[in-house]
Amino acid sequence: MSKTLQNNQAKRFITSAKPMWQSSLFFIILTIICLPFLEFEIAHTSPMSEFKLMFLGLFQPNFMIDGILSAFVYTIVFAIQALVLSAVIGFFFAQLYSFQGIRLLMGFLRSIHELFWALILIQIFGLTTLTGVLALVIPFSATFARVFSEIQQETTKLNYHQIKGSHFSRFLYSTLPLAWPRLSSYCRYRLECALRASVVLGFIGLPTIGFQLEGYLKLGQYQEVSALIFLFIGLVLSMRFWVNRFTLPVLFLFSIIWLPPTASTQSSSELSYAQIEETTWGVENLNRFIEDITPAPLKNAANIEGINKNNIDRTLSELWKWFYSLFETQILPGISYTLLLGQFAFALSAILGLVLFPIISKHMIKCKYYRNIGHLALTSLRCLPELLLAFIALIILGPSLLPGILAIGIHNGALIAHLVGLHSNELNLREDTSSAPNTYFFELLPRVYGQFLSFTLYRGETILRETAILGILGIPTLGFFIDSAFEEFRLDRAFLLILVSAILNIIAEALATKCRKYIHTHKPSRAVSSLALIRN
Amino acid sequence: MFKLENLNLHYGKKPVLYNINLEIKDGESVAVVGESASGKSTLMNHLYKSKPDQIAWCPQDEALVPSLSAFHNIYAGTLTEHHFLYNLRNLIHPYPHEYVKIKSIATALDLEGVLKTSVDQLSGGQKQRINIARAMIQKQGIFLADEPVSAQDDFHKVKIIKTITSSFKTCVFVFHDLDLALTCCQRIIGLAKGKILFDEHVSNVTKKQLSLVYSHHNTHLESMLV
Repeated sequence: MSKTLQNNQAKRFITSAKPMWQSSLFFIILTIICLPFLEFEIAHTSPMSEFKLMFLGLFQPNFMIDGILSAFVYTIVFAIQALVLSAVIGFFFAQLYSFQGIRLLMGFLRSIHELFWALILIQIFGLTTLTGVLALVIPFSATFARVFSEIQQETTKLNYHQIKGSHFSRFLYSTLPLAWPRLSSYCRYRLECALRASVVLGFIGLPTIGFQLEGYLKLGQYQEVSALIFLFIGLVLSMRFWVNRFTLPVLFLFSIIWLPPTASTQSSSELSYAQIEETTWGVENLNRFIEDITPAPLKNAANIEGINKNNIDRTLSELWKWFYSLFETQILPGISYTLLLGQFAFALSAILGLVLFPIISKHMIKCKYYRNIGHLALTSLRCLPELLLAFIALIILGPSLLPGILAIGIHNGALIAHLVGLHSNELNLREDTSSAPNTYFFELLPRVYGQFLSFTLYRGETILRETAILGILGIPTLGFFIDSAFEEFRLDRAFLLILVSAILNIIAEALATKCRKYIHTHKPSRAVSSLALIRN
Repeated sequence: MFKLENLNLHYGKKPVLYNINLEIKDGESVAVVGESASGKSTLMNHLYKSKPDQIAWCPQDEALVPSLSAFHNIYAGTLTEHHFLYNLRNLIHPYPHEYVKIKSIATALDLEGVLKTSVDQLSGGQKQRINIARAMIQKQGIFLADEPVSAQDDFHKVKIIKTITSSFKTCVFVFHDLDLALTCCQRIIGLAKGKILFDEHVSNVTKKQLSLVYSHHNTHLESMLV
């Protein structure tokens, strides 16, 4: 070997992919470090027998379910109301997104999962339509505000400064028309999320199909479960036929008239809410709620008459004791399990995303019909709520972290695979590309990897939020302690734990944003419209 | 090598080539010239698709992988020659002998200094030369290239095309640069509006024929034939 060659060999490869593989390596090492803490034991005595029953149920769906129609209508109605209201509110706040205060507020509101919002709102408004709609509208509006503002910022760069006129005119003639296709495409994806979230609300008693699903799963009636799942997948797949800009206003109007978002359970329709007693909304509910969420030591101190130094000292020391015991027994284990589950779910999502995207890529599967089967499989996997998947995995595998990892990993992996696959189909490869495995490693993977990382990091933020709520199924994440606190009516504990979960999500979001910026400032990437779809 | 008889080709529903009769023999170096949208690229694509396993293909759109190094992009031309696992190993950690092999071609194209740099950090001219190297590394008898040197300076253009014609027995190029066609090839085919206007040995090509091909800017061309 010549001397010049040796010199050249000594020189390292200067590649723009460096930040990408550095970030990947970081996450791989993190996952390996977490491995010893993973408990994989399958606690269920006979996982196969339960699995067999489910499998048989899958092929014998029973569609004769009482109230199936109204459950579906409720699911759609909640989703439509939430979508339209949050899109409007989100659009408004997107215009104010340059204010730090608004950004922080929106960040906080979306860091709390819709299910936690529902648990909080039930305390104030009872188990009512208003609770259901608000639980979706609050986090969705905050997400819309962020996404709309990001889309507007990206499109403003295109030709906003070439047009003269007032800010409003330029907005109307440049930003809005350019952003519109992406805004509406995001709304379509968001409706899918809203339908999923609407199902999840059933798990806490609202009359959507989640309520029926939970009931049938607990009873082991898997024929009914599979019927509901098939119908829900059909509902999501058929969305493009029944939702468009003409039908959406009609659907919204119908849903508002049929089920007004009020705190009263007396409605023109026959509601089948899983409530025990009538709830009426009043200011006293709010006062009671504020009193309930006040930490117990402070509440006790308020009942003691007379303020003196001794009382204050005692209260503070009791408050510290209250917090410390909560921190030791619930917050710390809750955070550890949330992070652990989140990390593995994140790794599984990434692996599945990379392994599954070829099934819808035209460069890997040449036959359109096979690709359509791939599309169907990925859509079916991603449209099922994680909570439902976790519930099913929990029944088969028993309580451990595994059902949670599988549920969140499969759901997000399918979504990432879908988006990476779509991105790969936008690429034009050379005529002289090689066989499938070579095409995958030499052509596709290096081209889509940057987008794949972006998508996965975006999902990372949502994965952590989803991880927390799996607690309500008994997986010991923060959500488990939050749910227990609600069940014991210890709202002060519940509220503090929700705050902790929100802070955790905000930190995760900030880290993910930093990581994305690190990858993209070192390697400018093409703006891909489908990126908006990943934001949750 | 290639024999086309009464060939008609469409791009979508739009007809692009009409009644093409053409024969290219083994050992020839042919230049296809013509204005934009005259059907040159469609003809080249057709030729490539007729014998993909015998052709070293250098398309107009380089379609290189931006995040991979020049070395890996050139190596990608030889993927079919090796087992998939060998390719994967070479992607993660290049074999020294593969590096030596690619370096010799890269040196001929003035690319030896950028072999380890990812393609998205290189200039348009360098990318084009990588595209040529990717085709040159293939052990094929025919070299097919669609405007391979459009982004190179005049000195490099001639040097590169001569390197290619000396390495491959049969070459078919699409050129916009008539001077290059006249200097480096034996035969010129003139296309206009999807039809062959002339098909001649370089020594027989007339000024009138060229002016018919480039009817819109023939004043510039006249000086070339002087």
